[in-house]
Amino acid sequence: MKSFKLDWLVLPLIGAGIVLLLWQISSATWAKELPSPLKTWETSKPYIVEPFAKRGEMDQGILRFTWYSLILVAKGYALALLIGTPLGFFLGLSKTFTKIFDPIIQVLRPVSPLAWLPLGLVLFMGAGKNASELGALFTIAICAMWPTVLNTAVGVRAIPQDYLNVAKVLKLSRTKTLFKVLIPAALPYMFTGFRLSLGIAWLVIVAAEMLTGRPGVGGFLWQEYNSLIYEHIILCIITIGVVGFVLDRLMSLAESKFKTA
Amino acid sequence: MSDYLVIDNLTKIYPTPKGDAVIVKDFNLRIKKGEFVCLIGHSGCGKSTVLSMVTGLNEITGGGIILAGKELVGPGPDRGIVFQSPCLLPWMTAFENVMLGVDQVFFTADKAERKQIAEYYLSVVGLADSMHKKPAELSQGMRQRVGIARAFALSPKMLLLDEPFGMLDSLTRMELQQVLIELWRRDKKTALMVTHDVDEALFLADRIVCMTNGPEAEVGEILEVHFPRPRDRKAVLEHPDYYKLREHLIAFLEERAHKKLPKTKIDLPKSSPPQNPNGSAHRKALNVLLNHA
Repeated sequence: MKSFKLDWLVLPLIGAGIVLLLWQISSATWAKELPSPLKTWETSKPYIVEPFAKRGEMDQGILRFTWYSLILVAKGYALALLIGTPLGFFLGLSKTFTKIFDPIIQVLRPVSPLAWLPLGLVLFMGAGKNASELGALFTIAICAMWPTVLNTAVGVRAIPQDYLNVAKVLKLSRTKTLFKVLIPAALPYMFTGFRLSLGIAWLVIVAAEMLTGRPGVGGFLWQEYNSLIYEHIILCIITIGVVGFVLDRLMSLAESKFKTA
Repeated sequence: MSDYLVIDNLTKIYPTPKGDAVIVKDFNLRIKKGEFVCLIGHSGCGKSTVLSMVTGLNEITGGGIILAGKELVGPGPDRGIVFQSPCLLPWMTAFENVMLGVDQVFFTADKAERKQIAEYYLSVVGLADSMHKKPAELSQGMRQRVGIARAFALSPKMLLLDEPFGMLDSLTRMELQQVLIELWRRDKKTALMVTHDVDEALFLADRIVCMTNGPEAEVGEILEVHFPRPRDRKAVLEHPDYYKLREHLIAFLEERAHKKLPKTKIDLPKSSPPQNPNGSAHRKALNVLLNHA
């Protein structure tokens, strides 16, 4: 197909239009409980036009909820990177370390956040009212760190022997080798891991909030499901999607900056 | 003058499932201080293996190497190395790449002095204007200039060069040979260089060490090169002995380098490449024969 003026705008709008149409048809025919697009907009309006309003613990503007979720994700994500990056380095540098820990990592990696969360809550049961936050952080960190771990390890293993020879010949100290050679050389791989980890952290937040009932996009979604306000479920889904998309784009930008360096 | 670098019965053996592969066997060489020695031989004959053992990056199986009265153990900045590929860290500028080594060797000097050393050598190799560029912005030849500057800037006891100009076009190669020989003359460094370019060896070296083909490579012959120094390429080419020496070297590489191959090579199956005197196929075939014997 030939490209034309404004095609970058028009074509995605056509796609969105088709989905809207299917949604409209579905809500009018076989899924009677599904609110129509128009109804969704009308019911969601107060949450969108006053995005930072706080009317109650579980009745706040959508951006305010998003903000709560983002803060929790940021904490859990930071924890994931803090643990995942060094772990990845050890895996990349030592064959013995890999032999010891790789199998267990491969077993833990596919476990769903829904399975980790109860364990997190049990772990931090003694923390009283902080238990739900700590449990959520634990879940985010343990689910989100694997791409960072594995990509960092691959990045470290892929460092050309030439670079390592330079470090050896100059007899660089361990710290200097790490900061002047290993980290810069592995950085592009590490960033790919960071980006994938952020995507997972954002996925996990919804599950974590749903199960703990914390205020946030996920918590709001679950509460509104229980309150039978289905329009807000759709509002939350769209919000989660848009935020996830924006986060991924921001990370891609950062990634491309480091790749050219 | 006494011997500065002594390579004594140097041997390299790689264990393989089919028995040991002896790459270099009882390699002996003595180099005087300030001498420029070229190691020449077919590619794969083991000359790079010898050099990499001197750099310390490759473990020694047998024998030993003594530099300035001390036995070498492992790599170190007392030997300035120029690799075949420039081996620059791509996230650092040319200047930072040189500084990485300078900071390491002259850690007692202050920052300004170290900066001066790096800038001096980068200027000498002709990179005064582009020393703050990243390797990706430099041509292949310029990158190798940085490699040379880095090696000299360490003020090493000796220089080790592993086919440093092998990847360059002939014009750039000649330019860089000039850069190298001028720096060498200025700093009076002892140098050991691996090459397979006969003309390069004749232009640069005081002595040319011809290696026999592997496996079990060793010194085949040592050729003295008496062209007066400082050398000028034109004068060297017009020297009455030039073509005699060149012919001699080529004859060695063409015929005598193979003299160590056992007679069994005639019995090799026809499918193996016949004119591949030192390739891995040949070595493999040889191993098979030896193991069946």
